[in-house]
Amino acid sequence: MGRSVLLIEDEPNIIEAISFLLERDGWTVRLHTEGEGAVEAVAAASPDVVVLDVMLPGRSGFDILKELRQGAARPDLPVLMLTARGQTKDRELAHSYGVSCFMTKPFSNAQMLQTVRDLAEGRAPPADP
Amino acid sequence: MVKPRSLTGSRIRERRLALGLKQADVARDAGISASYLNLIEHNRRRIGGKVLNDLAATLDVSPQVLSEGADAVLLDDLRAMTDGPAEVARVEDLVGRFPGWAEQLAEQARRIEALEQRLQRQNDRLTHDPVLSDRMHDVLAAVAAIRSTSSILVDNPDIDADWRARFHSNIDTESRRLAESSGAMAHHFDRLMSDGTSGSDPLEAVGRMLAARGFHIAEIEERGAEAIDALLDTLGDSGARDLGRGVLERYAQDAALLPMPGFIEAGEGCGFDPARLAALTGAGLARVLRRLAAMPRQVGLPEFGLVSCDAAGAVLLAKPCTGFALPRFGAACPLWPVFGALRQPDMPIKQRVQTSDGGVFEVYAVAERVGPASFDAPLIVQATMAMVAAEGSTEDALEIGATCRVCPRQACAARREPSSLSGEVLTAPEL
Repeated sequence: MGRSVLLIEDEPNIIEAISFLLERDGWTVRLHTEGEGAVEAVAAASPDVVVLDVMLPGRSGFDILKELRQGAARPDLPVLMLTARGQTKDRELAHSYGVSCFMTKPFSNAQMLQTVRDLAEGRAPPADP
Repeated sequence: MVKPRSLTGSRIRERRLALGLKQADVARDAGISASYLNLIEHNRRRIGGKVLNDLAATLDVSPQVLSEGADAVLLDDLRAMTDGPAEVARVEDLVGRFPGWAEQLAEQARRIEALEQRLQRQNDRLTHDPVLSDRMHDVLAAVAAIRSTSSILVDNPDIDADWRARFHSNIDTESRRLAESSGAMAHHFDRLMSDGTSGSDPLEAVGRMLAARGFHIAEIEERGAEAIDALLDTLGDSGARDLGRGVLERYAQDAALLPMPGFIEAGEGCGFDPARLAALTGAGLARVLRRLAAMPRQVGLPEFGLVSCDAAGAVLLAKPCTGFALPRFGAACPLWPVFGALRQPDMPIKQRVQTSDGGVFEVYAVAERVGPASFDAPLIVQATMAMVAAEGSTEDALEIGATCRVCPRQACAARREPSSLSGEVLTAPEL
């Protein structure tokens, strides 16, 4: 079985683009489209990498990240946070909660793809683009 | 020591002569004898309180201008604008020798203060405006989808026809969304900018509107709440209009419950004592204090100042009172009873105070809940304080100031910042 990504995102056309890119790169993409139940979805999917939006219906990506890091199961699970909220305070908050990489929208496809690969292979998290 | 300011009696004489009035006529209108006025004008009698107020009303001038001189406000402004001890002791020399430059300097400081406040308001709006945040999110999400999707089409010329069609459709959808979101954001910016064009703090704008009427709004006294809309037309900024509506509606309620003619008559019967007025009329003490401050400036009526603040100590409304300085810059003296009242809502405070200029005032303060009691809502409290010139003992008077920056009481335990007066003690105005 190939490597898998759990994409937690609510924008349908961004979901379609990211899914297309990752699947073409050989990833199995699973999807969760709201904040509620996201932590349970991670536990159920057991992905190699999580791509996490910040502004989700029901619950913010920051809260989800915080709970993931507090969970004992996979504290080192790579999480790429992808957000339109690129302010310094958001970036600092994400890092204080233990994000692996913080990327702002709009993003480069190549950069996003390379970051997911790096995170899955345990390479040092790249500097935030 | 600071030079004594010119004399009150001389200023009264100058003002009377400038208006072309006879001493006997002014004395009669002010309710005193011509010989007594003659003594006053030659600085052979000290005056204050009621006599000063009556003469000021007769001469159609602020009592403060008579007692402290027109320069007093300018001097306080100049002292307040300094950050350090830079030649503050010579500020009166500056005003005396270069009055035009001194006024220009103070005016520029006022403008800088206003601009800084405006900048801070705009900054707060841009940082915390939820509508702007949502619009920005929509724009960036649409741009992200378009950029990512179009890159896929460019980087994959051999893409399956079905995928190509879906991606074309997605770009079309997102570009429409981008157009709508960016248009809505531009509209929102337009609204933000038009609200900010007046450049003034809404509280200040409302305060100016009230001050221009001497805090006595004849239109509402005569016609009640129906006069409010026309008064609001003088406030351009929508924030000021909203704030002003609340203030004027409360004024109209006060006026309806305590019509001014009857209120003054009751006041004259009890020496304008707020507690007795509250008992006589059945009105709340805060309402009585507001009505006292709303009395017209006319011979025979005492001059009440007013300050109201919220639970954070932010001053919401301030009516100056001769000899009781209100700060133009920075926060007020923390010893003012209005702040003490906040600690015990519904517990009235009566306190004799002495200002740093030597003025003695009787001060009444009370904090009351705003709005109806509720199990589900937080307790919102506002405090109201009225002050009136007093005569008699200062033995138990609380020593207060206007604001730390211009207060000479160096050893005050409540001091929050150094005084720009650097140890210099001001002389009381010569009366």
